[in-house]
Amino acid sequence: MYKLLKYSLYDIVKSRFALLYTLFLVLVAISIYQVSEDMGKVSLSLLNIMLMIVPLIAAVFASTHFFNNLEFTELMLAQPVKRRDVFLSQFLAVAFVLSMALIVGFGVPMLIWGADVTILTLLGIGIGLSVIFAGLAFLASVMTRDKAKAIGISLSFWIYFSLVYDGFVLYLIYSLADYPLEKTTLGLVFLNPVDLGRIIMLMQLDISALMGYTGAFFQNFFGSFQGILISSGVLLLWMLWPSYFALRVFRKKDF
Amino acid sequence: MKTLIVLLFAISCFLPNLASGTVIKLTSGGNIQMAIDNAQPGDTILLAAGRYEGHDLTIRKPLTIWGESYPVVDGMHKGNIFLVAAENVHFKGLHIINSGKSTMEDSAGIKFFDSKSCTVSDNLLEETYFALHFSNSEEITVSNNRLFSSAEKEYQTGNGIHLWKCKNSTIENNTVMGHRDGIYLEFVTNTVSRQNTIEGNKRYGLHFMFSHDNSYLQNTFRRNGAGVAVMYTHNVLMQENLFEENWGASSYGILLKDITDSQVINNIFRKNTIGIYMEGSSRNTFQNNSFQQNGWAFKLMASCDRNTIEANNFLGNTFDISTNGSVVLNTLNQNYWDKYEGYDLDKDRLGDVPYRPINLFSMIVEKIPAAVILWRSFLVTLLDRMEKVIPSITPENMIDNSPKMKPYDLGTAHS
Amino acid sequence: MISVRHIHKKFGKLDVLKDFELEFQAGNSYALMGPNGSGKTTLIKIILAMVLPNSGDVLVNGQSIKGNTAYRSQIGYMPQIGRYPDNMRIGQLFSMMQDIRPEIKDYDMDLVKAFGLDTMLDKPMHTLSGGTRQKVSAALAFMFRPAILILDEPTAGLDPIAVEVLKNKIKREREAGKLILITSHILSELEELTNQAIYIFEGEVFFNDSVESLKDITGENKFSTAIARLMEWSLKKNTKKTELAHV
Repeated sequence: MYKLLKYSLYDIVKSRFALLYTLFLVLVAISIYQVSEDMGKVSLSLLNIMLMIVPLIAAVFASTHFFNNLEFTELMLAQPVKRRDVFLSQFLAVAFVLSMALIVGFGVPMLIWGADVTILTLLGIGIGLSVIFAGLAFLASVMTRDKAKAIGISLSFWIYFSLVYDGFVLYLIYSLADYPLEKTTLGLVFLNPVDLGRIIMLMQLDISALMGYTGAFFQNFFGSFQGILISSGVLLLWMLWPSYFALRVFRKKDF
Repeated sequence: MKTLIVLLFAISCFLPNLASGTVIKLTSGGNIQMAIDNAQPGDTILLAAGRYEGHDLTIRKPLTIWGESYPVVDGMHKGNIFLVAAENVHFKGLHIINSGKSTMEDSAGIKFFDSKSCTVSDNLLEETYFALHFSNSEEITVSNNRLFSSAEKEYQTGNGIHLWKCKNSTIENNTVMGHRDGIYLEFVTNTVSRQNTIEGNKRYGLHFMFSHDNSYLQNTFRRNGAGVAVMYTHNVLMQENLFEENWGASSYGILLKDITDSQVINNIFRKNTIGIYMEGSSRNTFQNNSFQQNGWAFKLMASCDRNTIEANNFLGNTFDISTNGSVVLNTLNQNYWDKYEGYDLDKDRLGDVPYRPINLFSMIVEKIPAAVILWRSFLVTLLDRMEKVIPSITPENMIDNSPKMKPYDLGTAHS
Repeated sequence: MISVRHIHKKFGKLDVLKDFELEFQAGNSYALMGPNGSGKTTLIKIILAMVLPNSGDVLVNGQSIKGNTAYRSQIGYMPQIGRYPDNMRIGQLFSMMQDIRPEIKDYDMDLVKAFGLDTMLDKPMHTLSGGTRQKVSAALAFMFRPAILILDEPTAGLDPIAVEVLKNKIKREREAGKLILITSHILSELEELTNQAIYIFEGEVFFNDSVESLKDITGENKFSTAIARLMEWSLKKNTKKTELAHV
């Protein structure tokens, strides 16, 4: 397992994608830091990148990588190694590269120009979402035999979680406007990792406005140790379940 | 002998009016009411350090009650502790605790009726229902007092500093915590509140009605249940105050209702759910204020007209301005908006493109408050972008035609 | 050495292998033939556990391959098209494969040397031509001295010299008593390399015997014409079936 991971990582780290993605993130970070002086504005600009662009790239890259590496996967399957190890080495390599690109791409500018807790939280959420969407993309990839279809499904996951789901939530809130919905919305937030990441950030950036609607409910929840534990736990669950199911399908898949 | 002269000299320096009367000294456990009754007008009753019990201690002549190292006056949870109806009564250096808790008679630490030229300074009041309660009095000075209540619920406590039908008074340098309203003024005129710290009160930090021609300067209002609410008043000056961390569905930096011809200048509104909420108010000026990290910096209801909002800084607020109607009869001018994305080609430091401070989503949230949890989602960003390109719902004339390119350097008020 | 027992495999509604039975003995070389889509590749992939059968089992050296990965260290597999991580160098690929089998220390580097791969160990895989990649695949299949060799179109894309080198290697291994399984479209090559012929048609074994008996049965002297006859028969059988179906 460790050996396979070592070689998968080596291959992906040397790929042009890893370099370009890191470079892209560095450029984004530099331009954001250059344009706005105060940390509040920096985190706002980074927020859109982390919630939108990062998951998109993670989803597209992971499914592309899975199919580009399909022959190699087949080669590995003919070797005396476990299927689980073949899958995990691929997945972990992708997750690692996506995370490292974020850490290097944003981390270096942060070291130079400074960061606060908000920005560091944002970085953590970016990494979480990268792993989640890579997992979803792997799930889409093992379920189909066609690269284009897999990318399509990964993109639909992305559109669903970042757009359609919120539309549904808005509709629900609109039609049930007369009922107290704090707990329901909290529950709904947990069912969408992008929303979960976004709300964790809202707790830091827009706490004053959020207090207007939820009162202290959200604040008490996300501010308490228990709430932080639960929300990190749910985020972790999101990082695990797509890849777990992808692994299950992968173990039964015909190549 | 020599030391005594020096001591007397020192005392007369600190409290010049002492010199006129006799000093009656009371030791721990002494009967205050008896001392009051035996004193001549203008005398000073000096309470030595220790503990005194009594309630409804009534003063009907000019007197000074002076405490040495904060003697405790314990009301034993019965009635008012001191009752005053006289001129020139002064309280200084007392530690007054445990008044009654009657809502019927508004029990208080010190209660004044029909008094004049009285001062209450350097006292510590704890667990009083109302702390300082003044009715129908004038030329009152309330300074350097610390008023604490540890009540859990709003109905378990009264107001910190309560003035009803008073005039020409000064309230300064007091700290009020844990009461219902920090400072409550009704029918109070020509009064100045200065440099008070009003924090963590159950209802309002400052609450006034029908109290014209008053000034509020350099006060701090922080984490009060519903912030500050002022109503039915004209000619108010609010300057260099700090309104901070008033969080909740109906919590405001300031709620202004039927306020006219007033000025709100150089204040800081920081981290409030709503910085300023204004309805039914006209001809007010909001100038050089700094709105930072509020949920809504300004909620301007359609019932307001001819107000001027100019040269303020709007920094890091979730929403800058929202309103409930489509008609806007107020003026926005030369404010700095950190969300402004325009440019300044003619280098006059004012943006060449007008700024519309209302965004579409804030209108939606106005109707469906729960929708606020979708803020900053892709869906909402898309909607807002579309609205920016083709304005359709947001009020046409809620607009700052000359937005400032750089924030004003407004200092940091008093803090 | 390899027993394929009652294998049944469906892709969707299509039955690719139907109650499939085969035995492969050590020391023999098998030519695996059949028209496109007959199930050859599926069979190979089932033996390698890359495709999992709906039912049935495969025994290698008497042991079931279910849940077993170690048996694959006895199989040298040369895929039809070998693709490798783009950024990996030939030398790294070799050492990775060696890394995966830490128990094997004695490497067969005949083909590496014969193909001249040892002179280009630091070339990245993506710079290689299709033929060179095929050479890498061949070298890897033989490198660990496996008891079983499964070669899927081994000579496709190779230059004539390399083809000869590979053929000689296969022959030597066969003589050394290995089990060899080859699919190819080049019948002359199969005749040269194999002594057993297996013809698969529509998911069933149509013919399975020595090349000698194949020639006897078909009455042909040449391998290629014998196979052609076999194909004719299989198609006739098919038409018969369809006629019956019409009645």
